[in-house]
Amino acid sequence: MFYREAGQFKTTYAADMAIFPIRQDRYGVAAILFAAFVVIPAFGNAFLLNSMMIPFLILSLGAMGLNILTGYTGLLSLGSGAFMGVGAYACYKLDTYFPEVNILVWIIAAGFVSAAVGVVFGLPSLRIKGFYLAVATLAAQFFLDWCFARIPWLVNDNISGAIEAPTRTLFGAPLTGPTATPATRYLVVLTIVAVMAWIASNIVRGRIGRMWMAVRDMDIAAELIGIRLLRAKLLAFAVSSFYIGVAGALMVFLWLGAAEAEAFNINVSFQLLFMIIIGGLGSIAGAFFGAAVLHLMPIGLRALPSALGVPIEAARIEQLTFMSTGILIIAFLIAEPHGLAQLWRTAKQKLRVWPFPY
Amino acid sequence: MKTATMVKSAAAALAFGAALPIAAARAEDSIYVPLFTYRTGPFAGSGTPIADGMHDYLTMLNERDGGIGGVKLAVDECETGYDTKKGLECYDAVKPKHPVMVNPWSTGITLSLIPKASVDKIPILSMAYGLSASAKGEVFPWVFNPPATYWDGLSEILKYLGGGSMDALKGKTIGYLYFDAGYGREPIPLFQTLSKGIGFNLKLYPVAPANMQNQSSNWLDIRRDKPDFLVMYGWGAMNPTAIKEAVKNEFPMDKFISIWWPNDEDAASAGPGAKGFKMLNWHGTGADYPALADIKKHVIGAGKSQTPNDEIGQVLYNRGVYNSALIAEAIGEAQKITGKKAVTGEDVRRGLENLNLDEARFKALGLAGFAGPLKTTCADHNSHGATFVQQWDGSKWVKISDLIPPDSARVEPLLDEAAKAYAEKNAGWPARTEPCDNK
Repeated sequence: MFYREAGQFKTTYAADMAIFPIRQDRYGVAAILFAAFVVIPAFGNAFLLNSMMIPFLILSLGAMGLNILTGYTGLLSLGSGAFMGVGAYACYKLDTYFPEVNILVWIIAAGFVSAAVGVVFGLPSLRIKGFYLAVATLAAQFFLDWCFARIPWLVNDNISGAIEAPTRTLFGAPLTGPTATPATRYLVVLTIVAVMAWIASNIVRGRIGRMWMAVRDMDIAAELIGIRLLRAKLLAFAVSSFYIGVAGALMVFLWLGAAEAEAFNINVSFQLLFMIIIGGLGSIAGAFFGAAVLHLMPIGLRALPSALGVPIEAARIEQLTFMSTGILIIAFLIAEPHGLAQLWRTAKQKLRVWPFPY
Repeated sequence: MKTATMVKSAAAALAFGAALPIAAARAEDSIYVPLFTYRTGPFAGSGTPIADGMHDYLTMLNERDGGIGGVKLAVDECETGYDTKKGLECYDAVKPKHPVMVNPWSTGITLSLIPKASVDKIPILSMAYGLSASAKGEVFPWVFNPPATYWDGLSEILKYLGGGSMDALKGKTIGYLYFDAGYGREPIPLFQTLSKGIGFNLKLYPVAPANMQNQSSNWLDIRRDKPDFLVMYGWGAMNPTAIKEAVKNEFPMDKFISIWWPNDEDAASAGPGAKGFKMLNWHGTGADYPALADIKKHVIGAGKSQTPNDEIGQVLYNRGVYNSALIAEAIGEAQKITGKKAVTGEDVRRGLENLNLDEARFKALGLAGFAGPLKTTCADHNSHGATFVQQWDGSKWVKISDLIPPDSARVEPLLDEAAKAYAEKNAGWPARTEPCDNK
C-alpha cells in the first residue's frame, strides 16, 4: 500500500536506470545514511562504534570485494584473507616510508597494491574453474601468509612480528593510533565504505558488471558474444582485490591498531566467503547482510544473557553463541538458499502488491 | 504467548547496544576487575586452569575478607579464545565499567593494548608474558610484566643448560621449538645475539598456530639436526603435542626444557615416556598452602566455582593464583598510597609500581614459601626474579635446581635498546609524566 511505485513516472532514461528507481527506496536509503552518519556517532558508545560498527563496515567491504569475484564473476576464491593482509602490509610499509603523506592516500594506494597481487594470483583462473580455482587461490592464501610471517622486511624488522598503526591525523584530529576517538574512525570508515559501495553498485549494473555476469553464467557463450575472458576475469580479480585490500588496510589502521600475520589467516577467507553465501551471492546489499549475521549477531547473542539478567559464565555464553549462530545460519539458508539478499528482494516484491497479492 | 516471548527477546536483542552502558553503571562500593580468559578453543587446555586460579583466589578474598580493604571486588570474565580481535572486543566491553587493570593473558592482545593503556588510564598486568621491553617503567609507565620477562627466562634456561654459566654452551647446538606468533618470537633476538656472542649453534623450529597439533615436520628436522638441547616456548595444544612427539621420536627428555608455561596435564598426557621433561617455574606446586586451603573451603566448598578438585595445585592453577595475588596486592597498595577505598586505574598503576612481596608478606597471604621475593619500582616494572627448574617424574613436578637469577649483564642492555627502539618506532610515544612514589 505504502511501498509501491504507482504514480511515479520516469521521463528520462537516466531516471529509469537510477540505482533506486522507487521513491520509497530513496527515502529508506536516506534514512539509513542519516542514521549511520548522524544518529550512531552522536548517540553510540565506544563499544558500539569500536567493536560493532567499525568491524561490521570493514567486513562488509571485504565481503563486497569477494562478492564481485565470486558472486558476480563466478570465480571461487579462498585467498581473500591474504589479500586483506596484502592491503594491510602495503599500507603499513607505504605509511612508514612516507609518514608525511595522509594515511587515507595510503589506504587507497594499498588497495592498488592488493589489486596487482590479485591479478597475478588470478592468472590461473583463465585455465581452471570452480573448486580447482579455489585450490589455486588457497595456494595464494598460504603463500602470502607465509610471507607475512617470514619476511621481516614487511614488518620493518619488528621483534614481535606485528604491524602497528602509528598515530596519524586528518584535519588535525588523530585518525589512527590510540588517541583517535571512535567517532572519528567510524565516520572515516563509513565514508569510505559508503563511497565504495556506491561505486561497486554502479560497476555491477553497467557494462563491466554485465560482462562479469555473462562470464559467470557461461564463459564459452560469453566468449562467443565477444567478451574477452582474459580481461574480464583479471579485471574482476583486480577490482575484487582492491576492495579487499582497502578493507585489510582499514582493519589494521582504523580497527585493530596492530595485527600479526595470524589476523589474515584462512579463517578470515572462510568468514568472508560465508558472509557472501549467507548474505547472497551477487548482491551488494548481501555483503552487508552477511557481515551483520556473522559479526553483529554473535555479539548480540553474547550480550543477551546479561541483558536479560541470566547468570551464565563467559565460556558457556561463548559456546552457546557458537551453537546458536550455527543454527541460525542453517535456518536462514533453509528459509532462503539464495541468501538474505534474496529474502529481502522477495519481501519487497510482496510489499509492492500488498494488500492485494496476485 | 509465544509471539510475546519472541517480541520480548527481539526487543532485548535490539536493546543490547543500549543495555551495555546500563550494566556499566559504576558501583562506588566495588572494584571492577575484569579477567580475560579462554576456556574454549585450542588454548583452553592452558587457559582453563589459569582462569580458575585467578577467579578462585579473588572470589576467596571476597568471601573470606569481604574484598580488599573492605571493598568488594567485582570479578568478571570475558572470553577471548586467545584471539586478538576478541580480546579487543572484550577490552572495549569492559572499558566503560572502569576496570582498575586488565590481564590480557595473550601476548598478541597485550601488544595491541600497550599503546592504549596510557590513553585510557588502565594499567596492564601481563604477568611474565607480553613485551619483554615493557619492564622498563620509564618508557612503559602503564605496563607491568613481573616477575620475569621472556628474555630473563631464556637466560635462566641457558645458564642452567650450561651448568651455571652460559659460556659452557660454546660449540653446542641448541634447538628452539616455538609458537610462531608474537610470544614465541619474542626471545629470538636475544637468542641470536647470545648465539653469536657465546658461539653456540642455534636452530629454529617454528610451529605455526594452525599446526600446533601437527608438528611432525618440525620433529623430522629435530631428528635430523640432533640438537644437544631443545628449548621450547609453547602454549595451548602445542605443549602436549610437543612432549608427545618428543617421546615418540625418543628425544632425550632431560635435554628438553621449556619456559614456564606447560601444565601438569601436558606432561601427563604423554604417558610414562615424558618422565624427565623439565621446565622453569617460580612458584610452588601442590595445594599445601593455607590460601589454597581457604579457596577449597570458601569457594569450592561453597559451590562458587567450577574448579575440579584435582586441578588445585597444578602449575597453571597456582600461576593463576599468583596472578590474582599480584592483582590483590596492587589494589591493596593503591589503597594504602591514596587512602581511598574504591581505587581507580590510575591509583592501581601506582600500586603496581610499589609492589613489595617479601617472605613475610607471602606468609601473611597464606602463601609461605610459595614464591621468591618480588619488588617493583618506577624504573623496574618486572623485578627480574629468579626461577628454578622442575622436572616431571611421571606423576608430579620435582624441583631439581636452586634459584637461578637471570643474566642481567647480558639481558639488560638489550632490554634498554628494545624499549628505546619501540618508542622510536611508534613516533610520538608519550614521555613519562606519571609521578613516582618510590624515588
